Amino acid sequence: MPDKEVILSVSDLSKAFPGVKALNKVSFDVRAGEIHAVVGENGAGKSTLMKILAGIYLPDEGRIVLEGAQVRFDNPLKALTHGISLINQELNIADNITVAENVFMGSELGRLGFTRKDEMRRRTREVLDLLDAPFDPGTRAGILSIAEKQQIEIARALVHNSRIIIMDEPTAALSENETGKLFELVLSLRAKGIAIVYISHRINEILRLADRVTVLRDGSYIGTLEGERIESEQIVKMMVGRSLTDFYQHEVATERTEGFLKVENFADGKKVNGVSFEAAAGEILAIAGLVGSGRTEFARLVFGADRKSSGRLTLDGRVIEVASPSDAIRQGIAYVPEDRKAQGLFLQMSSHENITMNVIAKTSVAGFLGAASNERITAEAIQRFDIKLSSPRSLALSLSGGNQQKLLLARWLQIMPKVLLLDEPTRGVDVGAKSEIYKLMGEIAKQHVAVILISSELPEVVGVAQRVLVMREGRIVADLKGTDINQETIIAYATGVRSAQPPAGLDPAKATA
Amino acid sequence: MTTTSMTLTPLARARANRSALLRSLGILPILFLICALFALLNPNFLTAHNLTNVLRQASINIVLAAGMTMVILTGGIDLSVGSILACTAVLSLLTSVHPGMHWATVLVPLAAGLVMGAINGVLIAYVKLPPFIVTLGSMTALRGSAYLFAKGTTIINNDLNTAWIGQNYLGPVPWLVIISFVVILLSWVVLTKTTLGVRIYAVGGNEQAARLTGIKVGGVLVFVYAMSGLLAGLGGVMTSSRLYSASGLLGNGYELDAIAAVVLGGTSFVGGIGSVAGTLIGALIIAFLNNGLTLMNISYFMQLVIKGLVIIIAVTIDKYRTSRR
Repeated sequence: MPDKEVILSVSDLSKAFPGVKALNKVSFDVRAGEIHAVVGENGAGKSTLMKILAGIYLPDEGRIVLEGAQVRFDNPLKALTHGISLINQELNIADNITVAENVFMGSELGRLGFTRKDEMRRRTREVLDLLDAPFDPGTRAGILSIAEKQQIEIARALVHNSRIIIMDEPTAALSENETGKLFELVLSLRAKGIAIVYISHRINEILRLADRVTVLRDGSYIGTLEGERIESEQIVKMMVGRSLTDFYQHEVATERTEGFLKVENFADGKKVNGVSFEAAAGEILAIAGLVGSGRTEFARLVFGADRKSSGRLTLDGRVIEVASPSDAIRQGIAYVPEDRKAQGLFLQMSSHENITMNVIAKTSVAGFLGAASNERITAEAIQRFDIKLSSPRSLALSLSGGNQQKLLLARWLQIMPKVLLLDEPTRGVDVGAKSEIYKLMGEIAKQHVAVILISSELPEVVGVAQRVLVMREGRIVADLKGTDINQETIIAYATGVRSAQPPAGLDPAKATA
Repeated sequence: MTTTSMTLTPLARARANRSALLRSLGILPILFLICALFALLNPNFLTAHNLTNVLRQASINIVLAAGMTMVILTGGIDLSVGSILACTAVLSLLTSVHPGMHWATVLVPLAAGLVMGAINGVLIAYVKLPPFIVTLGSMTALRGSAYLFAKGTTIINNDLNTAWIGQNYLGPVPWLVIISFVVILLSWVVLTKTTLGVRIYAVGGNEQAARLTGIKVGGVLVFVYAMSGLLAGLGGVMTSSRLYSASGLLGNGYELDAIAAVVLGGTSFVGGIGSVAGTLIGALIIAFLNNGLTLMNISYFMQLVIKGLVIIIAVTIDKYRTSRR
């Protein structure tokens, strides 16, 4: 196949934000009529790259050459008029106005200051027909489904004669059926000679659609695969930068105390409907399940952050009462929340204060801060967790995602927890820090701590947990060990394809047969 | 030396750290600028007598603004301080004229201020009403109470046993000035040297995270509003001891001057960022403006216009200097 014409080429693009170098000398090109997938882990720089191409950010360095001419987009409209459209994961649709008005939003057709509604509707109808869209230009956008709103965005791109359409995780919110239709649409756009830059986490989609695949990691360009070289193992290896076994490497405690933590019949009357299980000290126990299955709500109940309607907690042979986070802390239960920035960090405070927040009362003398011991604690934590910062006084917001997460881990380990609840601890964390966090989890478990990991990333669950509980609709539906811990089994339980295991005592393998 | 960051450019890092420092001292040049300007325009401005005078006039606002700083650091607001000041000033005078009670002329208003502030705090922290609404309500109700306590008149006591507070000097420095600086110093100690101070910043910076680290957010909120009330009570003592009298009219609009001082001092309305040192500078800017403009015989109406504009301009300059790349 002769190479198609290169319409966009990018060279040596760099962009830094306070706290992170988001892109580091990235180069790649896009050809007319191809589907070019861009993949990478969270924080790999995909979104930054796309936002630069769409005129939302200006690059710090580097060149963008569009159809032979160097361009500089300092606003999104300029990119649009040059034929580049970005369709974001969060769709840019105003619900209160019509489809046609959405299509022409920001570039309304007008004459003498009056909008030309009929003309806008006519042209919208033309592209909607092209897209086979089942709705009318005069429809109010608010009543349409997400897939249909996506079509509005595509229509917008076509109305502006876009030659390059960038789609950021377009299937994230779509049903299977809708996804199929989107694929057809994407393929038909390609047939019209439009280049699609397709960003996705989902390897299967990429294998199915992409003509070429470019992999980014930690803001750097890793490589581009083409034709037969596009296969999943290779892509993952390039994304992660090492083989998977190394990546999840961590110590496994040899000594365990079974029944260290007993959770009985936890419920909140809403999303948690009677959760009971035991966790051993020294064990990494994962709670898997779909978003909305009640995992986070359950963790918050155990930690006393929300009010429970029922539930009994036994820790180390003693029944304990936890009615508030401060009770939990006193009893040695730590909770690292899922949304680091909203629920965990004090972004405007120093790293030092973030690390010591939980122990300042303990080290204080008559209410006055124990400055010397606090500083020692911070210095030790920075060393132990290898937190990369210029000074302990650096504001938390100036740190990268991985280092911010380490601040939180450091903070919680100061209370010498017996139980450590980690809610999505590696979300938005760069690859290197992820691997370090897994190692830390192993070390922590080894010190006779029950580590409970809540995670939506199945490879992570399979990679680090010695036992996996699967939650669905506020209940534990499976308790998996050993070879039962694999992605297929977990998904089957999480989605309800396999029904709940009978109560303990039966071999799970038999129960599911 | 610990490890250096790989992902963060040194420049970005330096910027993030420097902006925190700038914010706390950022407004100081504007204070110097204003003083220099008035010193050039009026020979009487830089005399010891006049400077003492300015500090004395600023003292009550400084005291109120110190409490207001803590409140705004938690992301709240206290509109009731002017009314609390009026109430407590009246109570102070009533106590002083009550036979056998003059020993409590200071104690009663302080306790009353503390209780009024604590009630604000409880409504905000535990009934979870918005601070603006709660203190708007208590501002109105307490203003009325002050008139009622004074029976609509002005209570005068020419033999006031606390008069020394408002009238006397320690060496060359008026007691009012000493008190206001002690308040600033104590507030600074609380905010920077105690666990409570760290928690005030934490609650203002991220209330959810504060709750999840076991901080009793309610307790912190009650503390700051109670403290603001207590300091307003102290303001009541200071005002009445200066005037030998009190009426329901006192302290009208003082809450706005206090808020202006806090904002001028670089404390963020969102909470979590700011310092009491900045507030002191902010209060001094307002006081020097008042004084300088009066010395120059500028009409009161014009003074209001200038004061308002200076606040807006100063905060604008500050914003651009600290947040611009």
